Amino acid sequence: MADLMIKALDAHYGDFQALYGIDLSIAAGEVVAIIGSNGAGKSTLMRSLSGLMRNAPEQIVFKGESIGGLRADEVSKRGIALVPEGRQLFPSLSVEENLLIGTQVGREGAWTLARIYELFPILHERRNQASTSLSGGQQQMVAIGRALMSNPDLLLIDELSLGLAPVIIKSIYEALPDIISNGMSAVIVEQDITKALSVSSRFYCLQEGRVSLDGKPGERSREEISRAYFGV
Amino acid sequence: MDWMNAIIQGILLGGLYAMIAAGLSLIFGVMRLVNIAHGDLIILAAYLALTASMLLGLHPLLVLLLVVPMMALFGYVLQRGILNGTLTGDILPPLLVTFGLSVIIQNALLEAYSADPQKLDSGVLDTASMTMGGISIGILPLLMFAVAVAVIAGLQFIFYRTALGRAFRAVSDNQDIAQLMGLNRRHVFGLAMALSLAVVAVAGIFLGMRTSFDPSVGGGRLIFGFEAVIIGGLGNLWGTLVGGVILGVAQSIGGQINPGWQVLAGHVVFLLILAIKPRGLFPRMTD
Ligand SMILES: Nc1ncnc2c1ncn2[C@@H]1O[C@H](COP(=O)(O)OP(=O)(O)O)[C@@H](O)[C@H]1O
Ligand SMILES: [Mg+2]
Repeated sequence: MADLMIKALDAHYGDFQALYGIDLSIAAGEVVAIIGSNGAGKSTLMRSLSGLMRNAPEQIVFKGESIGGLRADEVSKRGIALVPEGRQLFPSLSVEENLLIGTQVGREGAWTLARIYELFPILHERRNQASTSLSGGQQQMVAIGRALMSNPDLLLIDELSLGLAPVIIKSIYEALPDIISNGMSAVIVEQDITKALSVSSRFYCLQEGRVSLDGKPGERSREEISRAYFGV
Repeated sequence: MDWMNAIIQGILLGGLYAMIAAGLSLIFGVMRLVNIAHGDLIILAAYLALTASMLLGLHPLLVLLLVVPMMALFGYVLQRGILNGTLTGDILPPLLVTFGLSVIIQNALLEAYSADPQKLDSGVLDTASMTMGGISIGILPLLMFAVAVAVIAGLQFIFYRTALGRAFRAVSDNQDIAQLMGLNRRHVFGLAMALSLAVVAVAGIFLGMRTSFDPSVGGGRLIFGFEAVIIGGLGNLWGTLVGGVILGVAQSIGGQINPGWQVLAGHVVFLLILAIKPRGLFPRMTD
């Protein structure tokens, strides 16, 4: 049961400040979309949440525990998994090994190799191939499967559909209800606003490192959203 | 017959070089660390075996059971205590620190054991031999080669068939993403160094039974290890075994022509192979 609170989160790359005082919350079982143009800070937010960038402990609270200062491996053990931007599979590992590495987190749960293959049968066919030999869409399936194998309570997906063929995007979105099940929460970072809003109950729009708008998809007009997105 | 004999001795010696090389290439493969102290660690293991076998009155081969875990533990502590701190992405700090470590180990051994050459007493194994087709083959070199093949096969199994090996390869591919998968790279690096020094312990004991050693000879073994890795092709364990054998045969044939040419012949063959195939004979297919 995920319950995430982000309080006044800043993030820096050297002298450059990428996030300014982000406040954000996600209830258990909720699906939240993060939208925003290129360079808005979406990936930086995902890196902070997953522990790849460290923060002050109390800036990120997950299930009542301050986790902002933890390393990524420690965060993963607490039930947060990231599907990183650009898939980032392990090239030296086969498809199946890429999936199995997710079990390294050591969390038992409903997700097993068999269930991943049921969700994405093509991966079963290709299980012994090098992960580099897959198409972009298949690689995204592996990246999602790898994250699910850690049986997370909160799944973070950075750029779900970026760079994928429309037919693949459609099938991944169709699989989404199965991916996000059993009370799991999810954060979906997406450039395609319409798609993102269609699967989420709330959204946050980032612009130049700040939350420019948030709310429920139906509550906000197109004009409001595009102003928050493009900043014009 | 002398030539045939030289070739066989060379092949068997190649097993030792392959063991030295395998530990070196494991560490480079997993964490891109060139361990300058690798040869000195081998000599350290030989001295540890010397002390243990004298104190306990045990055969050096039995002492393996003691020295292998000791060196593995030392490797883990060394990695987590010192070497992890040097892995900043810059190639220079690990080189400098392991060079410093090499100097420290040599001087510590000199203090503790003096510069006198030592040898591990392998008893009857020292002279035992069997004759095959008119060629006499020492049991000890034969055993050493068999152990080397077993070590390489074991490493190959660990690397490609176990969760630990998967972790090694994942961390080697991408440390950040591996960390996301629950792998603490500092721990994984510690385990890799432990495994490397376990192999070092085996190599050190066979080296000490086969030839005499003193605190200063580690550097030379390091060079042979490097040459075997590079001849075989980085990242290919069986290639490393072939590399070790080629080096051993070159040295042994060189020594047959002229005793002074033994080491030189190895270096010449290494340079020739490097000139013809800069990435070694069996480079890994990826990257
Ligand atoms: N490694 C980095 N070093 C310096 N600046 C970075 C780095 N990564 C991202 N940035 C900067 O931080 C800002 C936010 O980037 P990012 O979080 O990747 O945006 P998004 O994912 O929304 O496209 C951008 O201005 C980007 O140039
Ligand atoms: Mg991004």
